[in-house]
Amino acid sequence: MNTTLILQQLFNGLALGSLYGLIAIGYTMVYGVIRLINFAHGDVMMVGTYIAILAVSVLLLPWWAAFLLTIFATAFVGVVIDKIAYKPLRNASRISSLITAIGVSFFLENLFLVIFGGVPKSFPIPALFSGTLHIKGVILPVISIIVPIVALAFLAILMYILHNTKYGIAMRALSLDMDTTRLMGANVDAIISFVFAIGSSLAAAGGIFWALKYPSINPLMGIMPGLKAFAAAVLGGIGSVPGAAIGGFIIGIVEILAVALFPPLAGYKDAFAFLLLIFVLLFKPTGIMGEDLERGRF
Amino acid sequence: MKKLFSFLAVIVAALMFMTSNGFAKEIKIGVVWPMTGPIASFGQMAWKGVQITKDMEPKTKDGATIKLILLDNKGDKVETANAVSRLITKDHVKAIIGAIASGNTLAAAPIAEKNRIPLLSSSATNPLVTKGKKYVSRVCFIDPFQGAVAAKYAINNLHAKTAAVVIDISQDYSVGLAKFFIDNFKKMGGKIVVKTSVQTEDQDFSAQVSAIKGKNPDIIYMPTYYQALALFARQARQFGLKQTILAGDGAESYSLLKVGGKAVEGVTFTTHYDPKATAGKVGKEFLAKFKKNYNVDPDAMAALGADAYLVMVDAINRAGGSNATSEAINKAIRSTKNFHGITGVLTLVNGDAVKSAVIRQVKDGKFVYVTTVNP
Repeated sequence: MNTTLILQQLFNGLALGSLYGLIAIGYTMVYGVIRLINFAHGDVMMVGTYIAILAVSVLLLPWWAAFLLTIFATAFVGVVIDKIAYKPLRNASRISSLITAIGVSFFLENLFLVIFGGVPKSFPIPALFSGTLHIKGVILPVISIIVPIVALAFLAILMYILHNTKYGIAMRALSLDMDTTRLMGANVDAIISFVFAIGSSLAAAGGIFWALKYPSINPLMGIMPGLKAFAAAVLGGIGSVPGAAIGGFIIGIVEILAVALFPPLAGYKDAFAFLLLIFVLLFKPTGIMGEDLERGRF
Repeated sequence: MKKLFSFLAVIVAALMFMTSNGFAKEIKIGVVWPMTGPIASFGQMAWKGVQITKDMEPKTKDGATIKLILLDNKGDKVETANAVSRLITKDHVKAIIGAIASGNTLAAAPIAEKNRIPLLSSSATNPLVTKGKKYVSRVCFIDPFQGAVAAKYAINNLHAKTAAVVIDISQDYSVGLAKFFIDNFKKMGGKIVVKTSVQTEDQDFSAQVSAIKGKNPDIIYMPTYYQALALFARQARQFGLKQTILAGDGAESYSLLKVGGKAVEGVTFTTHYDPKATAGKVGKEFLAKFKKNYNVDPDAMAALGADAYLVMVDAINRAGGSNATSEAINKAIRSTKNFHGITGVLTLVNGDAVKSAVIRQVKDGKFVYVTTVNP
């Protein structure tokens, strides 16, 4: 393998990994605050892509307006899901919420199957995102350059919110002790709603970029990205926002390099990603950035 | 007065007899197809094809209604096995049409064999599907033939000397067809320079595409289903690969055109049917009705689904109509000879149909006819 090809494959891995990271950040946010592994996160992402399709093809909005609308609408969907499905179980055992999350996941998948059918839809790609750049033989699709930048931007915004705003302080307090935070006069329900709004809007952003890169949309499309993002979040240390981004990058790069180094085993690239996860957890059970689960978070 | 009463009683009894035997008489046939999931477009089209032929022939010769019970297998092996078990034990169907994918049909086969219920696949082309089975048949050709047709076309018409092969390792169909292509391609003097693999629901192929680009083959042979192929083609064109992509019948779906867009221009594939090659009265009637109802041309899946239904009805009629046993229907299916269907004239040998293949190509966002290859 020559240098150009190695560089090309590393770039491919980075592009895929940033997409996983973008979705994983939302995953880890929700877990960090209310310790719910939101298995419906991938499906919220799918809901986002369908909203985007409708906004572009039915409401005939320009793409930037459609994407903004998608992010807000999906945030709203996330808040509604929390109010209906998770809030009544806030004080129940964690396993109940987990099972409910799986139920929400199945509900969303099947609801969209009934409404839109199982035949994949194509996602309309604006010209801005469809070009490619050539740098010394390495091919860089424009979308693959935009995604890492967007992922890092979202990461920075999130870190700012968490560490420099009152809401962020409340979120971090909430993650340590919900009852005490309530006693301090914080509106716990509003904060949790806000967390779901952020998590779901990140899922929507992830969904839009996923669809721009792989424009085949169907109601079951959220399952695999959801699993990969979950693996990324766990690998990075679930609950840690930068950890999720790093976990995403690592899984993306490992997947691509597995294919690059062992072409006949390319079909098993998912297995490589999950093997890596198992391996890391054997030596560092809290993940890369995860600290003592009962203390530090974010 | 007494006489009048008994006369009325006889009429009532006769009416009841007629309703139970004439109107309510039906024969149940199960259908197991992917209506959702990664190969949903296949099941949806095949079901459309069946609807048309069911309108053309809704009853058996002796007047029993044919009741189709459709179950969705989501393109999944376990779901297929469960659906077939349910149709047999709960719905007590006489025979089953299904499945579409070879891998799914292989999962259903042992259950059909065990219960002695005929299983008729519309489009499972892997040779193992019927091998050593007594109750599994199909209305399509098999992959050793399809692979040879593709290899011949690659060497004689595309003048290819080297090829990259991309295999979907989670589908028996793809693994088998790729093997038959490679064997034939090598035998005819071609060289395989890259062999790489994917899975049905994969979406990122940048690594595979980059690896193929490094070897610069003359053509890419990718016998996978339409979704992987469409996304692969998009990424291949994005990375500057200009080679012709050659595929199998799994490529043919309108979803390929929708998702693939400009990237699938020139994709050429071996398949079962083209409206242009339609012959016979039934075929023409089907084509006209399908176009009128759905506003598109039927594709291979629709035509094969329709053929599966027609062969099934023909077999039921020959096996004794509404009272036919599963055993007799199975025998009749497997002795189908010179049957004029939608995709051509069918003769079943050991459960496999022997018939010609069609080569089609994507041109200006449409499927166009290239040629017909006889066995």
